[in-house]
Amino acid sequence: MCLGIPGEIVELIPGQPELAKVEVAGVRRAINVGLVNQDGIRPGDWVLVHVGFAMSKIDEREAAATLELLRGLGQAYTDELEALAESDIT
Amino acid sequence: MRFVDEYRDAGEARRLAARIRELCEPGRRYTFMEVCGGHTHTIYKHGLEDHLPESVSLVHGPGCPVCVIPMGRVDDAIAIAREPGVIMTSFGDMMRVPGGQGSFFDAKAAGADIRMVYSPLDALKIARQNPERTVVFMAIGFETTAPSTAMTVLRAAAEGIGNFAVFCNHVTIIPAIKAILDSPDLRLDGFIGPGHVSTVIGCRPYSFIARDYGKPLVCAGFEPLDVLQSVYLLLRQLAEGRAEVENQYTRVVPWDGNQRALSAISQVMELRPHFEWRGLGFIAHSALRMREAYAAYDAETRFPVPGVRVADPKACQCGEVLKGVLKPWECKVFGTACTPETPIGTCMVSSEGACAAYYNFGRFTRRREPVPLALGPRP
Ligand code: SF4
Repeated sequence: MCLGIPGEIVELIPGQPELAKVEVAGVRRAINVGLVNQDGIRPGDWVLVHVGFAMSKIDEREAAATLELLRGLGQAYTDELEALAESDIT
Repeated sequence: MRFVDEYRDAGEARRLAARIRELCEPGRRYTFMEVCGGHTHTIYKHGLEDHLPESVSLVHGPGCPVCVIPMGRVDDAIAIAREPGVIMTSFGDMMRVPGGQGSFFDAKAAGADIRMVYSPLDALKIARQNPERTVVFMAIGFETTAPSTAMTVLRAAAEGIGNFAVFCNHVTIIPAIKAILDSPDLRLDGFIGPGHVSTVIGCRPYSFIARDYGKPLVCAGFEPLDVLQSVYLLLRQLAEGRAEVENQYTRVVPWDGNQRALSAISQVMELRPHFEWRGLGFIAHSALRMREAYAAYDAETRFPVPGVRVADPKACQCGEVLKGVLKPWECKVFGTACTPETPIGTCMVSSEGACAAYYNFGRFTRRREPVPLALGPRP
Protein backbone atom coordinates (compact mmCIF):
# COMPACT_ATOMS: atom_id res chain seq x y z
CA MET A 1 0.00 0.00 0.00
CA CYS A 2 2.86 2.32 0.83
CA LEU A 3 5.06 1.04 -1.95
CA GLY A 4 3.51 2.25 -5.16
CA ILE A 5 3.28 -0.07 -8.15
CA PRO A 6 4.68 1.24 -11.43
CA GLY A 7 2.20 1.17 -14.29
CA GLU A 8 2.57 2.14 -17.93
CA ILE A 9 -0.16 4.32 -19.35
CA VAL A 10 -1.56 2.41 -22.32
CA GLU A 11 -4.74 4.28 -23.10
CA LEU A 12 -6.47 7.52 -22.25
CA ILE A 13 -10.20 7.22 -21.74
CA PRO A 14 -12.14 9.63 -23.96
CA GLY A 15 -14.50 11.89 -22.05
CA GLN A 16 -12.95 10.92 -18.69
CA PRO A 17 -9.85 13.05 -18.24
CA GLU A 18 -9.36 11.73 -14.69
CA LEU A 19 -9.06 8.11 -15.80
CA ALA A 20 -6.47 6.22 -17.80
CA LYS A 21 -5.75 2.57 -18.51
CA VAL A 22 -2.44 1.34 -17.18
CA GLU A 23 -0.69 -1.95 -17.60
CA VAL A 24 0.96 -3.49 -14.57
CA ALA A 25 2.68 -6.83 -14.98
CA GLY A 26 0.33 -7.80 -17.82
CA VAL A 27 -2.79 -6.62 -16.01
CA ARG A 28 -4.70 -3.73 -17.63
CA ARG A 29 -6.81 -1.65 -15.32
CA ALA A 30 -8.26 1.83 -15.18
CA ILE A 31 -6.75 4.14 -12.60
CA ASN A 32 -7.32 7.74 -11.61
CA VAL A 33 -4.69 10.14 -12.95
CA GLY A 34 -6.30 13.32 -11.62
CA LEU A 35 -3.35 14.02 -9.31
CA VAL A 36 -0.65 13.90 -11.98
CA ASN A 37 -2.29 14.98 -15.22
CA GLN A 38 -1.55 18.69 -14.89
CA ASP A 39 1.50 18.29 -17.16
CA GLY A 40 -0.29 15.95 -19.52
CA ILE A 41 -0.22 12.16 -19.44
CA ARG A 42 0.47 10.21 -22.60
CA PRO A 43 0.50 6.53 -23.49
CA GLY A 44 4.00 5.29 -22.81
CA ASP A 45 4.37 7.38 -19.64
CA TRP A 46 5.05 5.57 -16.38
CA VAL A 47 3.33 6.42 -13.12
CA LEU A 48 3.56 5.14 -9.57
CA VAL A 49 0.14 3.82 -8.59
CA HIS A 50 -1.06 3.84 -4.98
CA VAL A 51 -4.45 2.23 -4.34
CA GLY A 52 -5.84 3.10 -7.75
CA PHE A 53 -4.39 6.60 -8.04
CA ALA A 54 -1.30 7.70 -9.92
CA MET A 55 0.67 9.69 -7.36
CA SER A 56 3.77 10.59 -9.38
CA LYS A 57 5.23 10.31 -12.84
CA ILE A 58 8.42 8.27 -13.02
CA ASP A 59 10.80 7.27 -15.78
CA GLU A 60 11.07 3.83 -17.30
CA ARG A 61 14.31 3.14 -15.48
CA GLU A 62 12.75 3.78 -12.09
CA ALA A 63 9.72 1.73 -13.09
CA ALA A 64 11.88 -1.26 -13.95
CA ALA A 65 13.82 -1.05 -10.71
CA THR A 66 10.67 -0.70 -8.61
CA LEU A 67 9.02 -3.65 -10.34
CA GLU A 68 12.05 -5.77 -9.60
CA LEU A 69 11.97 -4.68 -5.97
CA LEU A 70 8.27 -5.51 -5.73
CA ARG A 71 8.81 -8.96 -7.24
CA GLY A 72 11.24 -9.59 -4.43
CA LEU A 73 8.41 -9.03 -1.95
CA GLY A 74 6.90 -12.34 -3.02
CA GLN A 75 3.48 -12.90 -1.48
CA ALA A 76 2.87 -9.26 -0.61
CA TYR A 77 3.33 -8.27 -4.24
CA THR A 78 1.20 -11.15 -5.52
CA ASP A 79 -1.57 -10.13 -3.13
CA GLU A 80 -1.37 -6.52 -4.30
CA LEU A 81 -1.49 -7.59 -7.96
CA GLU A 82 -4.45 -9.86 -7.29
CA ALA A 83 -6.22 -6.99 -5.58
CA LEU A 84 -5.44 -4.77 -8.56
CA ALA A 85 -6.73 -7.42 -10.98
CA GLU A 86 -10.03 -7.45 -9.07
CA SER A 87 -10.22 -3.69 -9.18
CA ASP A 88 -12.80 -2.23 -11.53
CA ILE A 89 -12.55 1.52 -11.41
CA THR A 90 -14.93 3.42 -13.66
CA MET B 1 16.75 -7.15 -16.08
CA ARG B 2 17.65 -3.91 -17.82
CA PHE B 3 18.18 -0.86 -15.56
CA VAL B 4 17.95 -2.72 -12.30
CA ASP B 5 21.59 -3.65 -12.01
CA GLU B 6 22.69 -0.11 -11.39
CA TYR B 7 20.70 -0.07 -8.15
CA ARG B 8 22.03 -3.46 -7.11
CA ASP B 9 25.62 -3.28 -8.30
CA ALA B 10 27.78 -5.14 -5.79
CA GLY B 11 30.87 -3.11 -6.65
CA GLU B 12 29.04 0.13 -6.01
CA ALA B 13 27.72 -1.28 -2.73
CA ARG B 14 31.28 -2.10 -1.65
CA ARG B 15 32.49 1.36 -2.65
CA LEU B 16 29.68 2.98 -0.67
CA ALA B 17 30.36 0.72 2.30
CA ALA B 18 34.02 1.77 2.22
CA ARG B 19 33.12 5.48 2.08
CA ILE B 20 30.68 4.94 4.93
CA ARG B 21 33.44 3.32 6.99
CA GLU B 22 35.79 6.25 6.30
CA LEU B 23 33.18 8.72 7.56
CA CYS B 24 32.63 6.97 10.88
CA GLU B 25 34.61 8.56 13.67
CA PRO B 26 36.36 5.94 15.79
CA GLY B 27 34.59 5.40 19.10
CA ARG B 28 31.41 7.18 17.98
CA ARG B 29 28.13 5.30 17.58
CA TYR B 30 25.51 6.28 15.02
CA THR B 31 21.83 5.40 15.12
CA PHE B 32 19.58 6.24 12.21
CA MET B 33 15.86 5.63 12.07
CA GLU B 34 14.26 4.45 8.86
CA VAL B 35 10.81 5.95 9.21
CA CYS B 36 9.11 3.91 6.51
CA GLY B 37 8.25 0.23 6.57
CA GLY B 38 9.24 -0.05 2.92
CA HIS B 39 12.82 0.70 3.94
CA THR B 40 12.65 -1.81 6.79
CA HIS B 41 11.73 -4.34 4.19
CA THR B 42 14.69 -3.51 1.93
CA ILE B 43 17.09 -3.48 4.88
CA TYR B 44 16.04 -6.93 6.06
CA LYS B 45 15.69 -8.45 2.65
CA HIS B 46 19.18 -7.45 1.58
CA GLY B 47 20.79 -7.78 4.99
CA LEU B 48 22.00 -4.19 4.64
CA GLU B 49 23.11 -3.88 8.25
CA ASP B 50 25.75 -6.46 7.44
CA HIS B 51 27.24 -3.99 4.98
CA LEU B 52 27.51 -1.28 7.61
CA PRO B 53 30.16 -0.88 10.28
CA GLU B 54 29.24 -2.18 13.76
CA SER B 55 29.04 1.42 14.97
CA VAL B 56 26.10 2.20 12.66
CA SER B 57 22.66 0.93 13.70
CA LEU B 58 19.42 1.25 11.84
CA VAL B 59 16.23 1.29 13.90
CA HIS B 60 12.69 1.09 12.63
CA GLY B 61 10.25 3.88 12.85
CA PRO B 62 6.49 4.06 13.04
CA GLY B 63 5.90 4.28 9.28
CA CYS B 64 3.77 1.21 8.72
CA PRO B 65 0.14 2.30 8.41
CA VAL B 66 -1.37 -1.00 9.42
CA CYS B 67 0.96 -1.33 12.41
CA VAL B 68 -0.15 1.88 14.08
CA ILE B 69 -3.93 1.26 14.01
CA PRO B 70 -4.98 0.84 17.66
CA MET B 71 -7.15 -2.10 18.71
CA GLY B 72 -10.06 0.16 19.61
CA ARG B 73 -10.35 1.48 16.06
CA VAL B 74 -10.63 -2.06 14.69
CA ASP B 75 -13.43 -2.71 17.19
CA ASP B 76 -15.12 0.54 16.12
CA ALA B 77 -14.93 -0.49 12.48
CA ILE B 78 -16.43 -3.88 13.30
CA ALA B 79 -19.25 -2.17 15.23
CA ILE B 80 -20.01 -0.07 12.14
CA ALA B 81 -19.82 -3.18 9.92
CA ARG B 82 -22.49 -4.83 12.11
CA GLU B 83 -24.95 -1.95 11.63
CA PRO B 84 -27.91 -3.06 9.52
CA GLY B 85 -27.42 -2.58 5.79
CA VAL B 86 -23.72 -1.76 5.99
CA ILE B 87 -21.06 -3.13 3.67
CA MET B 88 -17.64 -2.48 5.20
CA THR B 89 -14.70 -2.24 2.82
CA SER B 90 -10.97 -1.92 3.36
CA PHE B 91 -7.57 -2.91 1.99
CA GLY B 92 -6.54 -6.56 2.23
CA ASP B 93 -3.88 -5.66 4.79
CA MET B 94 -6.59 -4.67 7.29
CA MET B 95 -8.33 -8.04 7.31
CA ARG B 96 -6.07 -9.76 9.82
CA VAL B 97 -5.35 -6.80 12.09
CA PRO B 98 -6.42 -7.89 15.53
CA GLY B 99 -8.85 -5.72 17.49
CA GLY B 100 -9.99 -6.31 21.05
CA GLN B 101 -12.84 -8.47 19.73
CA GLY B 102 -11.04 -10.16 16.87
CA SER B 103 -10.24 -9.11 13.31
CA PHE B 104 -12.26 -8.25 10.20
CA PHE B 105 -11.87 -11.88 9.17
CA ASP B 106 -13.47 -13.03 12.43
CA ALA B 107 -16.32 -10.52 12.07
CA LYS B 108 -16.85 -11.61 8.47
CA ALA B 109 -17.02 -15.25 9.54
CA ALA B 110 -19.62 -14.19 12.10
CA GLY B 111 -21.80 -12.72 9.37
CA ALA B 112 -20.71 -9.10 8.86
CA ASP B 113 -20.45 -8.04 5.21
CA ILE B 114 -16.80 -7.00 4.98
CA ARG B 115 -15.09 -6.83 1.60
CA MET B 116 -11.51 -6.30 0.52
CA VAL B 117 -10.97 -3.61 -2.07
CA TYR B 118 -7.90 -2.48 -3.96
CA SER B 119 -8.90 1.17 -4.07
CA PRO B 120 -11.41 3.46 -2.36
CA LEU B 121 -12.80 3.94 -5.88
CA ASP B 122 -13.73 0.25 -5.84
CA ALA B 123 -15.62 0.86 -2.59
CA LEU B 124 -17.43 3.74 -4.28
CA LYS B 125 -18.35 1.43 -7.13
CA ILE B 126 -19.84 -1.06 -4.68
CA ALA B 127 -21.93 1.84 -3.32
CA ARG B 128 -23.15 2.66 -6.83
CA GLN B 129 -24.12 -0.97 -7.38
CA ASN B 130 -25.88 -1.34 -4.01
CA PRO B 131 -28.04 1.76 -3.62
CA GLU B 132 -30.09 0.14 -0.83
CA ARG B 133 -26.99 -0.49 1.32
CA THR B 134 -24.49 1.88 2.91
CA VAL B 135 -20.90 1.25 1.90
CA VAL B 136 -18.28 2.31 4.43
CA PHE B 137 -14.62 2.49 3.47
CA MET B 138 -12.19 2.02 6.35
CA ALA B 139 -9.48 4.42 5.28
CA ILE B 140 -5.97 3.82 6.59
CA GLY B 141 -2.53 5.03 5.68
CA PHE B 142 -0.26 8.04 5.68
CA GLU B 143 -0.19 10.82 3.10
CA THR B 144 0.39 8.21 0.38
CA THR B 145 -3.21 7.00 0.60
CA ALA B 146 -5.03 10.00 2.11
CA PRO B 147 -5.25 11.83 -1.25
CA SER B 148 -6.98 8.78 -2.76
CA THR B 149 -9.61 8.79 -0.04
CA ALA B 150 -10.11 12.53 -0.44
CA MET B 151 -10.44 12.28 -4.23
CA THR B 152 -12.96 9.45 -3.82
CA VAL B 153 -15.11 11.52 -1.46
CA LEU B 154 -14.98 14.43 -3.91
CA ARG B 155 -16.08 12.06 -6.64
CA ALA B 156 -18.94 10.71 -4.51
CA ALA B 157 -20.06 14.27 -3.78
CA ALA B 158 -19.85 15.25 -7.45
CA GLU B 159 -21.94 12.25 -8.45
CA GLY B 160 -24.34 12.75 -5.56
CA ILE B 161 -23.79 9.24 -4.20
CA GLY B 162 -25.36 9.30 -0.76
CA ASN B 163 -24.79 5.74 0.42
CA PHE B 164 -21.02 6.02 0.78
CA ALA B 165 -19.07 6.97 3.90
CA VAL B 166 -15.47 6.93 5.09
CA PHE B 167 -14.27 5.68 8.48
CA CYS B 168 -11.23 7.88 8.49
CA ASN B 169 -8.04 6.59 10.12
CA HIS B 170 -5.50 8.47 8.07
CA VAL B 171 -2.41 9.44 10.00
CA THR B 172 0.24 12.04 9.26
CA ILE B 173 3.94 11.31 9.42
CA ILE B 174 5.36 14.59 10.73
CA PRO B 175 3.81 14.51 14.25
CA ALA B 176 4.97 10.91 14.69
CA ILE B 177 8.54 11.92 13.87
CA LYS B 178 8.20 14.87 16.22
CA ALA B 179 6.95 12.60 19.01
CA ILE B 180 10.00 10.41 18.56
CA LEU B 181 12.27 13.48 18.55
CA ASP B 182 10.64 14.74 21.75
CA SER B 183 11.32 11.47 23.48
CA PRO B 184 13.42 12.25 26.57
CA ASP B 185 16.15 9.72 25.96
CA LEU B 186 16.47 10.18 22.26
CA ARG B 187 19.65 8.74 20.84
CA LEU B 188 18.97 9.15 17.15
CA ASP B 189 21.57 10.79 14.92
CA GLY B 190 19.40 11.19 11.85
CA PHE B 191 16.56 9.90 9.73
CA ILE B 192 16.20 7.95 6.53
CA GLY B 193 13.11 9.80 5.30
CA PRO B 194 10.10 8.01 3.84
CA GLY B 195 10.21 7.89 0.05
CA HIS B 196 6.64 7.62 -1.11
CA VAL B 197 5.02 9.75 1.59
CA SER B 198 7.41 12.45 0.43
CA THR B 199 6.13 12.29 -3.15
CA VAL B 200 2.98 13.82 -1.64
CA ILE B 201 4.26 16.08 1.14
CA GLY B 202 7.62 16.94 -0.44
CA CYS B 203 10.79 17.61 1.56
CA ARG B 204 9.94 20.96 3.12
CA PRO B 205 7.85 19.66 6.06
CA TYR B 206 10.94 17.92 7.44
CA SER B 207 12.94 21.12 7.75
CA PHE B 208 12.06 21.52 11.45
CA ILE B 209 13.98 18.31 12.16
CA ALA B 210 17.18 19.91 10.94
CA ARG B 211 16.39 23.42 12.16
CA ASP B 212 14.93 22.77 15.61
CA TYR B 213 16.48 19.43 16.50
CA GLY B 214 19.76 19.65 14.63
CA LYS B 215 19.29 16.23 13.02
CA PRO B 216 19.81 15.42 9.35
CA LEU B 217 17.15 13.70 7.25
CA VAL B 218 17.65 12.15 3.84
CA CYS B 219 14.61 11.23 1.74
CA ALA B 220 15.54 7.85 0.37
CA GLY B 221 14.57 5.47 -2.39
CA PHE B 222 13.84 1.82 -1.75
CA GLU B 223 16.65 0.10 -3.61
CA PRO B 224 19.48 -1.32 -1.51
CA LEU B 225 21.93 1.19 -2.98
CA ASP B 226 19.50 4.02 -2.24
CA VAL B 227 19.50 3.10 1.43
CA LEU B 228 23.29 2.74 1.58
CA GLN B 229 23.73 6.04 -0.20
CA SER B 230 21.34 7.71 2.22
CA VAL B 231 23.34 6.40 5.17
CA TYR B 232 26.43 7.80 3.47
CA LEU B 233 24.76 11.21 3.01
CA LEU B 234 23.67 11.25 6.67
CA LEU B 235 27.18 10.42 7.87
CA ARG B 236 28.68 13.03 5.57
CA GLN B 237 26.41 15.70 7.03
CA LEU B 238 27.41 14.67 10.55
CA ALA B 239 31.10 14.62 9.63
CA GLU B 240 30.80 18.13 8.19
CA GLY B 241 28.78 19.37 11.13
CA ARG B 242 25.68 19.98 9.01
CA ALA B 243 22.03 19.12 9.70
CA GLU B 244 19.93 19.47 6.58
CA VAL B 245 17.12 17.87 4.68
CA GLU B 246 18.53 16.17 1.61
CA ASN B 247 16.73 14.41 -1.18
CA GLN B 248 18.44 11.23 -2.33
CA TYR B 249 15.29 10.14 -4.19
CA THR B 250 15.02 13.06 -6.62
CA ARG B 251 14.05 10.68 -9.40
CA VAL B 252 10.65 10.31 -7.71
CA VAL B 253 10.30 12.88 -4.91
CA PRO B 254 9.73 16.50 -5.94
CA TRP B 255 10.98 18.98 -3.33
CA ASP B 256 7.53 20.57 -3.11
CA GLY B 257 5.50 17.35 -3.16
CA ASN B 258 2.26 16.95 -5.05
CA GLN B 259 0.21 20.11 -4.54
CA ARG B 260 -2.93 18.65 -6.08
CA ALA B 261 -2.83 15.73 -3.69
CA LEU B 262 -2.28 18.04 -0.73
CA SER B 263 -5.13 20.31 -1.69
CA ALA B 264 -7.49 17.35 -2.16
CA ILE B 265 -6.64 16.24 1.39
CA SER B 266 -7.17 19.67 2.88
CA GLN B 267 -10.42 20.20 1.03
CA VAL B 268 -11.99 17.08 2.52
CA MET B 269 -10.11 16.45 5.77
CA GLU B 270 -8.75 18.33 8.76
CA LEU B 271 -6.40 17.47 11.60
CA ARG B 272 -7.83 15.73 14.65
CA PRO B 273 -6.89 17.26 17.99
CA HIS B 274 -5.28 13.93 18.89
CA PHE B 275 -5.25 10.32 17.80
CA GLU B 276 -4.10 7.12 19.42
CA TRP B 277 -1.28 5.25 17.72
CA ARG B 278 -0.80 1.62 18.59
CA GLY B 279 2.13 1.34 20.92
CA LEU B 280 2.86 5.07 20.86
CA GLY B 281 -0.19 6.38 22.69
CA PHE B 282 -1.97 9.63 21.90
CA ILE B 283 -0.16 12.07 19.61
CA ALA B 284 -1.56 15.57 19.09
CA HIS B 285 -2.60 16.63 15.57
CA SER B 286 -1.38 13.35 14.16
CA ALA B 287 -4.38 12.14 12.19
CA LEU B 288 -7.09 13.33 9.85
CA ARG B 289 -10.85 13.39 10.12
CA MET B 290 -13.54 14.46 7.71
CA ARG B 291 -14.38 18.14 7.61
CA GLU B 292 -17.79 19.32 8.74
CA ALA B 293 -18.67 20.14 5.11
CA TYR B 294 -18.30 16.43 4.30
CA ALA B 295 -20.06 15.12 7.41
CA ALA B 296 -22.52 13.30 5.13
CA TYR B 297 -19.59 11.10 4.09
CA ASP B 298 -18.22 10.63 7.60
CA ALA B 299 -18.96 7.21 9.11
CA GLU B 300 -18.19 8.58 12.57
CA THR B 301 -21.05 11.06 12.20
CA ARG B 302 -23.44 8.64 10.57
CA PHE B 303 -23.00 5.67 12.88
CA PRO B 304 -22.62 5.22 16.61
CA VAL B 305 -18.95 4.46 17.24
CA PRO B 306 -18.09 2.88 20.61
CA GLY B 307 -14.69 4.58 20.75
CA VAL B 308 -13.50 2.36 23.58
CA ARG B 309 -9.78 2.36 24.25
CA VAL B 310 -8.45 -1.17 24.29
CA ALA B 311 -5.10 -1.89 25.88
CA ASP B 312 -2.70 -3.90 23.74
CA PRO B 313 -2.24 -7.54 24.75
CA LYS B 314 0.32 -7.95 27.52
CA ALA B 315 2.54 -10.15 25.39
CA CYS B 316 2.64 -7.60 22.60
CA GLN B 317 5.73 -5.42 22.31
CA CYS B 318 4.79 -3.67 19.09
CA GLY B 319 5.15 -0.28 20.78
CA GLU B 320 8.81 -0.93 21.49
CA VAL B 321 9.33 -2.22 17.96
CA LEU B 322 7.60 0.85 16.46
CA LYS B 323 9.80 3.14 18.53
CA GLY B 324 12.94 1.30 17.53
CA VAL B 325 13.63 0.23 21.14
CA LEU B 326 13.39 -3.49 20.40
CA LYS B 327 14.36 -5.47 17.37
CA PRO B 328 11.48 -7.75 16.31
CA TRP B 329 13.12 -10.98 17.44
CA GLU B 330 13.55 -9.59 20.91
CA CYS B 331 9.78 -9.66 21.44
CA LYS B 332 8.93 -12.64 23.61
CA VAL B 333 6.24 -13.99 21.30
CA PHE B 334 8.06 -13.35 18.01
CA GLY B 335 7.80 -16.34 15.70
CA THR B 336 6.18 -18.51 18.35
CA ALA B 337 2.76 -17.25 19.43
CA CYS B 338 2.98 -14.36 16.95
CA THR B 339 3.41 -15.22 13.27
CA PRO B 340 2.03 -13.68 10.05
CA GLU B 341 -0.72 -16.33 10.04
CA THR B 342 -1.76 -15.69 13.64
CA PRO B 343 -0.54 -12.21 14.48
CA ILE B 344 -0.81 -10.97 18.05
CA GLY B 345 0.51 -7.56 17.19
CA THR B 346 0.12 -5.40 14.10
CA CYS B 347 3.80 -5.34 13.13
CA MET B 348 3.41 -8.97 12.06
CA VAL B 349 0.43 -8.33 9.77
CA SER B 350 1.57 -6.12 6.93
CA SER B 351 4.60 -6.86 4.78
CA GLU B 352 5.73 -3.36 5.72
CA GLY B 353 5.70 -4.26 9.41
CA ALA B 354 9.11 -4.79 10.97
CA CYS B 355 8.17 -8.14 12.53
CA ALA B 356 6.72 -9.56 9.32
CA ALA B 357 9.72 -8.29 7.34
CA TYR B 358 12.11 -9.90 9.77
CA TYR B 359 10.05 -13.09 9.96
CA ASN B 360 10.17 -13.41 6.17
CA PHE B 361 13.75 -12.36 5.56
CA GLY B 362 15.52 -12.78 8.89
CA ARG B 363 19.02 -12.83 7.58
CA PHE B 364 21.32 -10.42 9.26
CA THR B 365 23.14 -11.05 12.46
CA ARG B 366 21.24 -10.75 15.70
CA ARG B 367 24.29 -9.86 17.71
CA ARG B 368 23.60 -6.15 17.78
CA GLU B 369 22.68 -4.44 20.98
CA PRO B 370 19.13 -3.12 21.31
CA VAL B 371 19.18 0.65 21.10
CA PRO B 372 17.84 2.45 24.12
CA LEU B 373 15.17 4.85 22.94
CA ALA B 374 11.95 5.32 24.79
CA LEU B 375 8.97 7.57 24.28
CA GLY B 376 7.47 9.11 27.34
CA PRO B 377 3.78 8.52 27.96
CA ARG B 378 1.60 11.07 26.22
CA PRO B 379 -1.44 12.76 27.66
S1 SF4 C 1 6.30 -10.27 17.47
FE1 SF4 C 1 4.11 -9.80 17.36
S2 SF4 C 1 3.55 -9.01 19.36
FE2 SF4 C 1 5.79 -8.98 19.24
S3 SF4 C 1 6.24 -6.90 18.56
FE3 SF4 C 1 6.12 -8.17 16.73
S4 SF4 C 1 3.97 -8.01 16.04
FE4 SF4 C 1 4.08 -7.21 18.14
